[in-house]
Amino acid sequence: MAATRKPRLGVFKFSSCDGCQLSLLDCEDQLLAVAGAIDIAYFPEATRADDVGHYDLALVEGSVTTPHEAEIIHSIRKRATTLVTIGACATAGGIQALRNGADVEAFARIVYAHPEFLNALSTSTPIGEHVKVDFELRGCPVNKNQLVEVIAAFVVGRKPDTPAHAACIECKLAGHVCVMVAHGTPCLGPVTHAGCGALCPGHDRGCYGCFGPKATPNTAALAARLAGLGASRRDVARLFSTFNANAPAFRREAQRHAD
Amino acid sequence: MVAARMFDRFDEARIIGVAGLETMIGELGARGHAVVGPVRRDGAIVLEPIESVVDLPRGWVDEQTPGRYRLKRDGDSWFAPVVGPQSWKQFLHPPRQKLWTVRKSDAGATIEPEPLATEKYAFIGVRACEIAAIAVQDRVFMQGPYVDPNYAARRANAFIVAVNCSRAASTCFCPSMKTGPRATAGYDLALTELSGGDDARFLIEIGSAAGQSLVEALPTHPATKADIEAAAAIVAATEASISRTIDTGDLPELLKAEPDHPRWDDVAARCLNCANCTMACPTCFCTTVVDESALDGASASRSQRWDSCFTGDFSHVHGGAVRQTPKARYRQWMTHKLSTWHDQFAMSGCVGCGRCIVWCPVGIDITEEAAALRRAV
Repeated sequence: MAATRKPRLGVFKFSSCDGCQLSLLDCEDQLLAVAGAIDIAYFPEATRADDVGHYDLALVEGSVTTPHEAEIIHSIRKRATTLVTIGACATAGGIQALRNGADVEAFARIVYAHPEFLNALSTSTPIGEHVKVDFELRGCPVNKNQLVEVIAAFVVGRKPDTPAHAACIECKLAGHVCVMVAHGTPCLGPVTHAGCGALCPGHDRGCYGCFGPKATPNTAALAARLAGLGASRRDVARLFSTFNANAPAFRREAQRHAD
Repeated sequence: MVAARMFDRFDEARIIGVAGLETMIGELGARGHAVVGPVRRDGAIVLEPIESVVDLPRGWVDEQTPGRYRLKRDGDSWFAPVVGPQSWKQFLHPPRQKLWTVRKSDAGATIEPEPLATEKYAFIGVRACEIAAIAVQDRVFMQGPYVDPNYAARRANAFIVAVNCSRAASTCFCPSMKTGPRATAGYDLALTELSGGDDARFLIEIGSAAGQSLVEALPTHPATKADIEAAAAIVAATEASISRTIDTGDLPELLKAEPDHPRWDDVAARCLNCANCTMACPTCFCTTVVDESALDGASASRSQRWDSCFTGDFSHVHGGAVRQTPKARYRQWMTHKLSTWHDQFAMSGCVGCGRCIVWCPVGIDITEEAAALRRAV
């Protein structure tokens, strides 16, 4: 029997910091197993090969912030059987989505000597607002173990284990002491999607919400509690205005606390 | 009646000091137990391996209110803090357990079950409410038609040193649930701290043959009538200090009769559906199964992991989640704990430890919710 063809992988970048793609290279011990299971056909961060073929699996990092990006995402979609977005930019618009609703031209005048060379959209939007996305992997950056899990699940055609429950569940499974209850530290864990392994609470910090809103997040109840712990309206607005500022649940809560 | 039972046990009691406690920890280790006890870490009392009495949180007390926990220096007791964020279920029913591995073989596939659990724990400082919680999990995992062999193996190996509570947190309500603050059964040895400091004296009661055997290896002497009375007075004072209550009379019927009470909307507005209550609860036992497959496709494994009825995935069946709203999930959890648990297991699912109240980030109080549901609409 002929060996089955390995699935072809393409890794694509839009507006982003490259951190999520680099999580794939950061897999170290598992990287050879990944390369053994799939044919890494296009991955500019790791290979020199240029490639224009069809992909069984496309991993897309970054958000859409330019007219060019808004165009090429469609060509990638057409060339991919399964399209998976990796990270907060691709899934929610990223931190650069803070510009949504703000005066982008004014920002550009402050930052750039020649803003006329820029050709940027006024918004940063997730890939899912432009094309159909088959699976969204959360995180800023994504968790490398979850990334390997998504690839391993794809290879055999099963559902990846990336539960949409609160980071609190991971926190308790890890045996961490709750930083909000025991220390009074503001923490977004109760409204944040699991996946990081409760990294920050394990280091005596509140959750920053890098993985975006969990399923059925009650941000209003958490915001009320944060206020009770001493957070100002501005503090609450800023807590919800980071890497997932454009995720609807976080955006709405930030807006409710806008001055 | 309770007092009479207490004195029956106390009559056989002995006295042990700090050096004796140190010997106890060492002797349990020598008998092959992994000794676990209360340890101060990250601003809380957690349950971790201990090697000596110096690991115990001597001179610390806990302050617990809904959604808030703090430690502070006070007195010189060895066992002053009551229950903390963790419970013994993390050892008997660990958060993650691999069940089996399957490998591709010439025969097709070979399933390799995980070997039976061999952990042999000794728990130091188990409170009366926690003994009740262990009894609840015994009922769930060992006394139904399907026995969890790993739980049963760990449970059979476990040695329990109870500590009768010499103080209570504001969130404790064990008297309402008839589980404490005194341990009356379910332990190998039970301690009551009569006095603290370097010269601390503990009344020690024997609850099993294994406990008797251990005591024979320890430096103890018989308790006097005054010691016995002092121990009874300590526990009585603790019980008298507990003001939080839950009226359990007809509560199972009431909860079933009030699925549309407006209080469920009220609590749903506050509930984060974060699942912290279920993780901290010493009786919550639910798990999900998770499959992993190796990248090379040569093997896969199945594990179980703690799960919670507060997630949408928990009740997800074909077509979606049965309990789509946080309101439905809170109602399910509380109704199960206080009502349908009786139908399912002939006991309460709540032992009155107060963990769900303290470790709820927004301080939702099950006793207050139960009282509110009693009020007429």
